[in-house]
Amino acid sequence: MTGSQTTALLSVRDVSLQYNTANSVVTAVSQLSFEVHTSDRFVLLGPSGCGKSTLLKAVAGFIEPTAGKITLAGKPVCAPGPERAMVFQEFDQLLPWKTVTGNIMFPLVATGMATAAARERAALYIEKVGLSRFANSYPHTLSGGMKQRVAIARAMAMEPGILLMDEPFAALDALTRDRMQEELLRLCADTDSTVLFVTHSIAEAIRIGTRILLLSPHPGRAKAELNCDGIDTADASGEHLSQRIRRLLFGNLVEEDTADD
Amino acid sequence: MTDSDQNPATIQRKEIIYTLDDIPAPVRQRPRSSWQRISDIPAFRKSLLLALLAGIWEAYARYLGNELVLPTFSGTVLALFSAIASGELPRATVYTLALLLKGYVAGLAIAAGLTAFASATRLGADLLETLTAMFNPLPSIALLPLALIWFGLGEGSVIFVLIHAVLWAVALNTHAGFKSVSPTLKMVGRNYGLTGLRYVTRILIPGAFPSILTGLKVGWAFAWRTLIAAELVFGATSSSGGLGWYIFERKNQLLIPDVFAGLLTVIVFGLLVENLLFRTLEKYTVRRWGMAS
Repeated sequence: MTGSQTTALLSVRDVSLQYNTANSVVTAVSQLSFEVHTSDRFVLLGPSGCGKSTLLKAVAGFIEPTAGKITLAGKPVCAPGPERAMVFQEFDQLLPWKTVTGNIMFPLVATGMATAAARERAALYIEKVGLSRFANSYPHTLSGGMKQRVAIARAMAMEPGILLMDEPFAALDALTRDRMQEELLRLCADTDSTVLFVTHSIAEAIRIGTRILLLSPHPGRAKAELNCDGIDTADASGEHLSQRIRRLLFGNLVEEDTADD
Repeated sequence: MTDSDQNPATIQRKEIIYTLDDIPAPVRQRPRSSWQRISDIPAFRKSLLLALLAGIWEAYARYLGNELVLPTFSGTVLALFSAIASGELPRATVYTLALLLKGYVAGLAIAAGLTAFASATRLGADLLETLTAMFNPLPSIALLPLALIWFGLGEGSVIFVLIHAVLWAVALNTHAGFKSVSPTLKMVGRNYGLTGLRYVTRILIPGAFPSILTGLKVGWAFAWRTLIAAELVFGATSSSGGLGWYIFERKNQLLIPDVFAGLLTVIVFGLLVENLLFRTLEKYTVRRWGMAS
């Protein structure tokens, strides 16, 4: 199943993540392994407390794993870097002191691109997300959906090895989220991006993902890795993908889960 | 009969699809009268208020009729013009402003160093917080006697006191501003590989700019008040006194309209810097960025 002949772009091997609270060390993710291949839209799906955001931050290089190894294209991840551009959930990820164009140019120029070339690249990606009319607007004048579009354009304009997305649509209203998901799929097809996408919504995972990693909470452990083609299809036994995911995530844990909350 | 047989929930209503052309669009914009527009300008309303206050001053001073206690508004304005024409008041103002600028810039430089140390290390942060807690409540002017012993009767003492006035307000606000920059913005900066000085100048300083601006404003206000007070206390020793000394000297000569002219100059420069300079800076930075609190 896991193609041993195609080399993985991102490889996460036996990774454990811990963080400190005031008086204890909490294990967020335990002994997790997975591989993301080029052009994958790899979704980390699980309920809150499964460490999926922590895991994404570790891939981004913000958190160092307590055990295991993360490598991107063979090179170990040890610090944040622009080849792993990240899109956050929060609207305040845009620099309020820069216009839409300025925000998209900023990382390009910071990583050494000439200003003129960066401006051209920014204009291209602003057009891709349909915000040409707002190129010179400041972020505080934009709606939530537009801000997330700018953030996606900024990350994509870097043409990163892998695009990390941390629940980018979670703070949007349902109608806008629906449109943004569609747009993201179009953009990914357009740019052939590799995406690592974190969500807690089963519907979003199915719509976005080509491969879905299910995580169980407290601490985060792998439950299953499923293939997906964007539709909630039924398998041979007549079970829909969403039902399967629900069963794998919660099926035999119902009592334990309710006792937990 | 058939109607009453039907369950109300299953009654099919006709679907309607509207096109926007069917409904006449209401008028969305309506011009406002020129009086409404002009009375929306705060400067206009405040000018009216100022004129009213000047009128009350003039009337009361005329009623009192004692120039040694309260000169009239018109008398003060005349004294102001003649003091400007003679070059004395401008000279005193320039002297005061030059001194202020030296102290302000020195204070900013030390504040920058201290904040950098505080942002880089926990020891630095503890040091800054402790020092600020100690010295911020201490009025700068209270240090003047000590400064006179240390630095003698000259610019050195005044600059020392000015630095004390500026330093804590700016350092405290900048440090608090750095700490309050959103964690997401900080992660964005690091995500794009910014570290060290580039991270500070491109993420932290603009991100903390509202707080930094507040620090600059408070620092300026403290410095201005402190300097005038310091000059009142010891301007006697230096031959070319500033505004504070001008006021003190005129009082000794019982030229009360000139005293009022000096006070008016202090007010005008305070207002100019606080409202014109900082307001403009605010307009082109934090207001434009939607970061004004």
